[in-house]
Amino acid sequence: MAAVTTTPEASAPATPQPENRVIAGLRVARSLPVIPLLVLIALLAVPAIFANQLAPHSQRIGVLDDAKLPPFWISESFEQRMVVQRADRNRLDVEIGLSNAQRKVERGEATIITGGEDGEVNPGDTLRFLSQKGGSMEYPLGTDKQGRDILSRIMHGARISLLVSSLAILLGGGLGTVLGMLAAYRGGKTDAVIMRVVDIKLAFPSILLALVLVAAIGAGFTTVIVVIAVLLWARYARVVRGEALAIKQQDFIDRARVSGASNARIMMRHIFPNLVNTVVVLATLEVGHVIILESTLSFLGAGIPAPTPAWGVMVADGRDLITTAWWIFLFPCLAIVLTVLSMNLLGDWLRDKLDPKLRNV
Amino acid sequence: MQRYILRRVAQGILAIFIISTVTFALARVSGDPLNVLLPEEASEEQIELTKKEWGLDKPLHMQYILYLGKLFRGDLGEALAWPNASAGELIVERLPNTVKLSALALIVSGVIAFPIGVLVAIKKDTPFDYGGKLFAILGQSAPTFAVGLILMWIFAVQLDLFPTSGSGGFEYMILPAVALGYYNVAALMRLTRSSMLEVLDTEYVKLARIKGVAEWKVIWKHCFRNALIVPLTYFGLIGAVLITGSVVIETVFAWPGLGALVIDAILFRDYVVVQAVVLLFATAFVLINIMVDVLYAYIDPRIRYS
Repeated sequence: MAAVTTTPEASAPATPQPENRVIAGLRVARSLPVIPLLVLIALLAVPAIFANQLAPHSQRIGVLDDAKLPPFWISESFEQRMVVQRADRNRLDVEIGLSNAQRKVERGEATIITGGEDGEVNPGDTLRFLSQKGGSMEYPLGTDKQGRDILSRIMHGARISLLVSSLAILLGGGLGTVLGMLAAYRGGKTDAVIMRVVDIKLAFPSILLALVLVAAIGAGFTTVIVVIAVLLWARYARVVRGEALAIKQQDFIDRARVSGASNARIMMRHIFPNLVNTVVVLATLEVGHVIILESTLSFLGAGIPAPTPAWGVMVADGRDLITTAWWIFLFPCLAIVLTVLSMNLLGDWLRDKLDPKLRNV
Repeated sequence: MQRYILRRVAQGILAIFIISTVTFALARVSGDPLNVLLPEEASEEQIELTKKEWGLDKPLHMQYILYLGKLFRGDLGEALAWPNASAGELIVERLPNTVKLSALALIVSGVIAFPIGVLVAIKKDTPFDYGGKLFAILGQSAPTFAVGLILMWIFAVQLDLFPTSGSGGFEYMILPAVALGYYNVAALMRLTRSSMLEVLDTEYVKLARIKGVAEWKVIWKHCFRNALIVPLTYFGLIGAVLITGSVVIETVFAWPGLGALVIDAILFRDYVVVQAVVLLFATAFVLINIMVDVLYAYIDPRIRYS
């Protein structure tokens, strides 16, 4: 906050205009939804960009020996007895390697209970030591049934969520904006046809339409984006049409036409810039909705196909283990809820700032 | 008013007709049902015979005309993946389960949303208000399957109060109904709050207070009943949300309703059943929307003439 007062605008005395801007800027900065923004950066943006560098383990290949390990805070110590291995091969579960055993005895972690009269660890001696069972910081949020690290997969899942939602909104929002503008500008038959299609689209239960579409095209990354775009465009078209109708009636549009601007130019240079706020606010408000849609489709097996760690896929993976290994389904669930919640709070804030009349949309 | 209703009904019928065409087209391209109907080692003759039996040998537009004709007679067709059952029979068997679940979910959302909405309206701009707002936004931020699974984990696995999934008595319905209803709580609560605030500001409420009517009586008898009108019209729209939500929740809780049926049908490539259920859902959706619009138009005359 203090940095703002040292800007040149603030130090310039007499002119009220820049000072007002600083105050307005301050007010905006103070009302910034800090916690949602931080959550979004930590949960979505950073992992989505740096998943390859940050993720401690592979997203696809698990260690089967480490399957279904709980998160780090669930672990217990228990006493274990093992025989020091006699030969290098054919190690049994109850045997421990010679060098490993020597290290444990040197550190005082294990005691020799049979053999070891000479104070040295020999093959065939029996050791007693405390062992850890359960989670560790190796896998902070535990592992799934194929021994894959859940934290790493959630990080890679963030990338999928961000990619799907931005591409789908770009596609669906773009299509809806263009159609909405066309409907408003051309009026008449164009308007009637576009708005009837919007009505029919809105009359179709969205998740069912998505499922049937996915079944028809076949599940996959591109399909999910196209299907979600198909679900989104109608709302954009309706809202943009309403806004554009109001803009169209203003004087400057008539003047542009009188001065000989083409229809395309009027739409792109005179109407569209006035719609940007609305379009941006709608896009932000839709991100959460799109993440929910994508994860629901993936959960139902009609979205991102299985080995890819989309959050919905991970929840579906953990579903049948809900009684024994709750962490497999719960952490991806929480990732979805926190991300969408923060996105919605940010969207609400942006709407109040940029376009308060959208409050009832 | 009558003209408005007629116009909405005509639009609705057109929408249902188009939806039936779209589902027909989509269902046909969603993979060859023969792959599911026949074993892989089926002979040419078997394939021909099956095609004939199911009418798949005819050109697509003939199949469409046949489908429409049957539809008008109320025949939804024979299910492909369920032996000895027609799509109609399957729907009749599953429909009551979905209706029961949705009705309970509707009651749940009302029971949660109305009291909280009233409370946050009375306690405007206090921690109660902010808490209620957060609760509502949280509801809209959680996908239905996540709410369902988290409820299942807490109340069925950890606390062992309810069965985890499946069908049976009333206790099997509670968790899915709560999960299904929760999403709607947010919207309903916001509406109750804003319409309560409006009513609390009216002259007759002030008069009641001046007369010395007890505060709880003012709130529940004078305000709440009047404030209820707006959220009640919204209830219809919620019914529509429930239809789609049931697809997810029935899958999560293995509840044998229409939602689970349509997911199975898509999996088995049974386009007859997919078509039938989607058509039924869409029709219900359109009908509910019409009812809501008419109700709105009845309350707010400005809508009729726009």
